[in-house]
Amino acid sequence: MLPRYAQFPAFSRLLHWTMAAMILTMLCIGVAMVASLGDYHVLLSIHRPLGIAVLILAVVRLVNRLINPPPPFPSTMSPLERRVASASERAMYGLMLALPLIGWGMLSAAHYPVVLYGSIHLPFILPHSAALYATLRKAHTILAYGFFAMFLAHFGAVLFHTLVMRDGLLKRMAPWHATQDASS
Amino acid sequence: MKLRFALVGVVLLVVAGAFAYLGGWLTPRALTPARFIVAFERANGVHAGFRRNHAKGLGVSGFFESNGNGARLSRAVVFQPGRVPVLGRFSLGGGMPRVADSADTVRGLGLQFSLPDGETWRTAMISLPVFPFRTPEAFYEQLVASRPDPGTGKPDPAAMKAFLDRHPETAQALSAIKNQPVPSGFENTTFYGLNAFRFSSASGQSTPVRWLLTPMQPFETAGDAPAARDPNHLFESLITHIRREPPRWQLVIVIGQPSDPTHDATIAWPADRERIVVGTLTLDRAEAEETSAATDLNFDPLVLPAGIAPSDDPLLSARSAVYARSFTRREGETKEPSAVTAADVRKGK
Repeated sequence: MLPRYAQFPAFSRLLHWTMAAMILTMLCIGVAMVASLGDYHVLLSIHRPLGIAVLILAVVRLVNRLINPPPPFPSTMSPLERRVASASERAMYGLMLALPLIGWGMLSAAHYPVVLYGSIHLPFILPHSAALYATLRKAHTILAYGFFAMFLAHFGAVLFHTLVMRDGLLKRMAPWHATQDASS
Repeated sequence: MKLRFALVGVVLLVVAGAFAYLGGWLTPRALTPARFIVAFERANGVHAGFRRNHAKGLGVSGFFESNGNGARLSRAVVFQPGRVPVLGRFSLGGGMPRVADSADTVRGLGLQFSLPDGETWRTAMISLPVFPFRTPEAFYEQLVASRPDPGTGKPDPAAMKAFLDRHPETAQALSAIKNQPVPSGFENTTFYGLNAFRFSSASGQSTPVRWLLTPMQPFETAGDAPAARDPNHLFESLITHIRREPPRWQLVIVIGQPSDPTHDATIAWPADRERIVVGTLTLDRAEAEETSAATDLNFDPLVLPAGIAPSDDPLLSARSAVYARSFTRREGETKEPSAVTAADVRKGK
């Protein structure tokens, strides 16, 4: 008999939890720094290189997703829930690629140097333009709030499955090696 | 089952609440960059597309020639001997883009040095030898105190007096500022870096520093200059100077001692501190804001190359945060023409 919950491959799980921590940190830094005077500079100095790290890992993750498809959905998920889960997964992949790219683009359009650390910096990817900056800056905020909302929905759904339905859904992505036991 | 369902809701609320707290929504009285900008707008009115402070300005460009003397203190590439292009903007303090030029108004000079390795150094300098406010909070209080009274259209003198009573360091800084003679134009003004910074050398040694630009044009007090009634006379005179003979400044580094305060911009360091000239700035081109690349640039004082680092001055991060907010606001607005136009620049004698 097939295990009820096949796990994601180990590398996929590593990527998931590493990026979950990074992205949540990025969203918190982002929302905190725009409201901060004293910590603005330090937070921004972390936000830039961490954002670029998210971009790089997002590309790795997208490739990994194509090579290593996820295990099938558990039987406790309705067809509608599966469609919502797939769509939100696609949206989150899009956001983890788009947000850093928009951040890089808006810094470029404003001609803010894209400093990663010390003298290490990235080239501009867009021309110097007030209108472009204003649009991308707004998009960066809106999409970041959208990403946080998606995170809440994702987190809430997993909590619901884990605490209320108790169907062991979390085991698919558990950082540890979960026993693939039909009776679980 | 119901309890566990409620638990999910509680956990989500706590997470969302923590996020809202970080974003400042649960602490509406805390001082934020956005509140700062609102205070500027209340004091000056909203002028779409313009900087919320130092609104009136003129773009310039030129070059900086380093003599190499700064290299022993800082590994920043800008201090290696050689020439780097500079983009800049002269300005008058205050948020009114069409205010008439006045000798008493604070003068500003924002500069961007484009280093050969692709790094950028920006500094936003002003004509005051010390800054009147020690903390962002004090600056904010002063902005609130200088709000025009709806009845008189002028700031309430009692509010300003109360502010000065609470902030003796401001009163002291203002008297130091008043003792300085006011130069006749932008071209013979000394510009100060406002805050302390730290240089780090190639061997990793960190030195507290301040910097200033001392003009190579002869000093002349504003009082001695011929009376000028043109509302743009300071800018027009600068344009004329640039046309005739590009003005030059020496970049002077003041080397602090470990005992010198780096967190307090209201206090000048002792006059006997070692000063070294690290190079010469030449500004040979004026350009109106409508075409200058400096217009859509944020002269954030914390855009620094490797080898220059912020000090512990609390104003620095606050300046960076508030400038960024001002920049984001104005870049999304439709800008009216600047007071000093391209035609003014062309007709410079």
